[in-house]
Amino acid sequence: MSGFQTNNTVIKWIEHRLPIFSFLDHSVGSGYPSPKNLSYFWNFGSLAGITLVIMIVTGVLMAMQYTAHVDHAFESVERIMRDVNYGWLLRYVHMNGAHFFFIVVYIHIFRGLYYGSYKAPRELLWMLGVVILLLMMATAFMGYVLPWGQMSFWGAKVITNLFSAIPFFGDGIVVWLWGGFSVDNPTLNRFFALHYLLPFVIVGVVILHIWALHRFGSNNPIGIDTKGPQDTIPFHPYYTVKDAFGLGAFLVVFSAVVFYLPNYMGHADNYIPANPLSTPAHIVPEWYFLPFYAILRAITFDIGIPFTGVVIIEAKLGGVIAMFGAIAVLFVLPWLDRSPVRSGRFRPIFRLFFVLLAIDVVLLGFAGAKPAEGLWLLIAQVSTAYYFLHFLVVLPLLSVFETPKPLPTSISEPVLKGGGGAMAGAPAKPMEKA
Amino acid sequence: MRKGLIFGLAALAAAAGATVAAPGTARAAGEGIPLPSFEWSFDGIFGTYDRASVQRGLQVYRAVCAGCHSMDYIAFRNLAELGYSEDEIKAMAAEAIVIDGPNDEGEMFERAGLPFDYFPAPFPNDRAAAFANGGALPPDLSLMAKARANGPNYLLALMGHGYEDQVSDETLQQIFALETEKRQTQYEANLENYETMLEVYEERVEAGEEATRPTPPEEPQPVESIEDLGLSEGLSFNAYFPGYGIAMAMPLFDDGVEYADGTPATVEQMATDVANFLMWTAEPKLEDRKGMGIKVILFLLVFTGILYAAKRKVWADVH
Ligand code: HEC
Ligand code: HEM
Repeated sequence: MSGFQTNNTVIKWIEHRLPIFSFLDHSVGSGYPSPKNLSYFWNFGSLAGITLVIMIVTGVLMAMQYTAHVDHAFESVERIMRDVNYGWLLRYVHMNGAHFFFIVVYIHIFRGLYYGSYKAPRELLWMLGVVILLLMMATAFMGYVLPWGQMSFWGAKVITNLFSAIPFFGDGIVVWLWGGFSVDNPTLNRFFALHYLLPFVIVGVVILHIWALHRFGSNNPIGIDTKGPQDTIPFHPYYTVKDAFGLGAFLVVFSAVVFYLPNYMGHADNYIPANPLSTPAHIVPEWYFLPFYAILRAITFDIGIPFTGVVIIEAKLGGVIAMFGAIAVLFVLPWLDRSPVRSGRFRPIFRLFFVLLAIDVVLLGFAGAKPAEGLWLLIAQVSTAYYFLHFLVVLPLLSVFETPKPLPTSISEPVLKGGGGAMAGAPAKPMEKA
Repeated sequence: MRKGLIFGLAALAAAAGATVAAPGTARAAGEGIPLPSFEWSFDGIFGTYDRASVQRGLQVYRAVCAGCHSMDYIAFRNLAELGYSEDEIKAMAAEAIVIDGPNDEGEMFERAGLPFDYFPAPFPNDRAAAFANGGALPPDLSLMAKARANGPNYLLALMGHGYEDQVSDETLQQIFALETEKRQTQYEANLENYETMLEVYEERVEAGEEATRPTPPEEPQPVESIEDLGLSEGLSFNAYFPGYGIAMAMPLFDDGVEYADGTPATVEQMATDVANFLMWTAEPKLEDRKGMGIKVILFLLVFTGILYAAKRKVWADVH
């Protein structure tokens, strides 16, 4: 590893045996060249990483006081709130940290969607990101069960029951997931074990994610490759200080919620101990699941061969397939959007559709919070249809029919504002295959 | 340039905010009348508990509510946070009879309560509690202020403004209008249902099959009084309880307790005090939290400002 220099003999001694200093220098130091034009949207990756650390630290500390037993879980959480020194702080940080983790990661994902960060040569980087998203969802779902309140219990029941839609094996799978014939003590126990385990799996995948990132470096708002040293700046000190400032701003907002609105994003029913005999009036998942929940409930019809009455996919199974499909399309996104231009800045029509998609997801979120009937069901169904249409039809067609604006020749010489004109730079050309 | 992304994210943020707010408002919007909003000393950035009011609330709880409702998460020692002296706490605890043991002979025995004991529950178990209350379980009150959307406002409205003797005429008219409308919508749905059933019936009759004639739904009467709501036997009307029928008879009456500090014990006063007390039992660390929040956020603002200056400096030469 070249580039890393030091005169400190201790560091030299260590570096010779374990080249950790040059490794760090190449990862987040002056030895890692980054595009000079990254916007603040590029802060959200490091924010996600830090939030993950916050979640792990507060989680491990709470696990020292938590009891994973149906008779004691609710009470043990209240003991953390009341009798453990700063236990209320640990819990409110962990609880709201989950919400902020999703806010940060959703912004991070939409950043990637807009600037085409999923395109070659970053397909695997993107797919690892989707894996992280799936793992985060599983972790958050199981974590929400642990305090064993009313929403914990009924949420667990509704979501695990989804698996009963699987033909032939469904009921068996549900009993296997529960570890019994209902959501009960074994369920809570295994959810705790997995909730402790999965964040460390996420850490592993994040390492792969960042490894893949460092292969080609960050994408950037213009979406063209860096052409040489004039286009880049060293990660340290430029992006370390920018990320630190971003973290400060994030912590201000986060603290405002933790200290002044700690229960704002939660549901009051989860302060009622779980009661298998009394179903809450509305079972609503946490907000970050709502769009997916809406898609799940939008499929209210069986799918079969028309006019024969033969049912191939029952409505319930159809909903489950659609819900998982909503994430599955993200996996294959790099092969659906074949436009050679990465950044949405140079794709006028793509930009319109991107805004439509954002509105669509918002609508799905609202529909997910409402009972699946009447107008809201219709909205959920139309939005679900558009969601898939966007990825499966609109993006592939745009790659063929859209004429992108001319691209600048390089990051350091962005051409004329507005992109048009006779002097405009090189025409869009396919990016190199890697 | 970045408008597309910014617009998209703004929409996402709005959604996050609004969907999060939705569950809280759902009750008010869908199932009943909106809750009145009262002023609380613990609201706001500098909010603290009104000690005198919380102490009076404790008195109301012990004199009235404790006959039916448990308070599992509060121990007598916790009362020190409300400003009671050690002797006062010992005296209060000593009024409780606690079952302890087993002793050296293996027997359970009764003793007077000590500060580390938790508040005694009025019934040995939930079954006994429900049985004594005509089948309805009086819930534990420790977390009640957080277990209902808009907790403190709900509690004060429920205790002090919701029962038949307390409710304002305006609120009543609102409820009657709402219920009348609800019944009308339900009736229209039933009517539609009836018409389809009638068609099926007529087809069958024509085909010579056996069929029973469906009965048309009854036209709803407008709701004009509390009787018209048709609450079940044994339930009391309460404007703010979901469904308007609550299995708890009005617990508060003027001068139901004699306040140690001489405050006149009106229903409104007692309801406010008990709501303050229940907020404290649900969130005893509120003052620590808000106090620490100010310091943390001030520190972060300064620190972030310095980081911003550092960022500007470092980036000054990048074009
Ligand atoms: C005679 C017994 C009795 C007394 C005394 C009593 N309650 Fe209740 N309370 C009940 C019962 C029974 C219920 C359950 C009502 C239901 O579910 O319909 C209840 C329910 C409640 C609820 C829950 C309402 C909801 O939203 O579910 C609150 C809050 C409450 N009581 C507060 C109080 C307070 C505060 C006092 C003292 C001022 C008090 N109660 C005194 C019997 C009592
Ligand atoms: C625990 C969650 C995650 C962590 C800690 C994390 C971390 C990071 C970091 C530190 C970066 C580099 C800095 C940046 O560009 O912001 C990055 C880049 C990236 N991430 Fe993530 N990420 C997470 C989740 C995701 C998810 C869920 C996706 C997509 C589904 C995703 C997709 C990407 C992509 C495409 C890049 C490259 C972006 C670019 O350079 O334009 N990440 N990630």
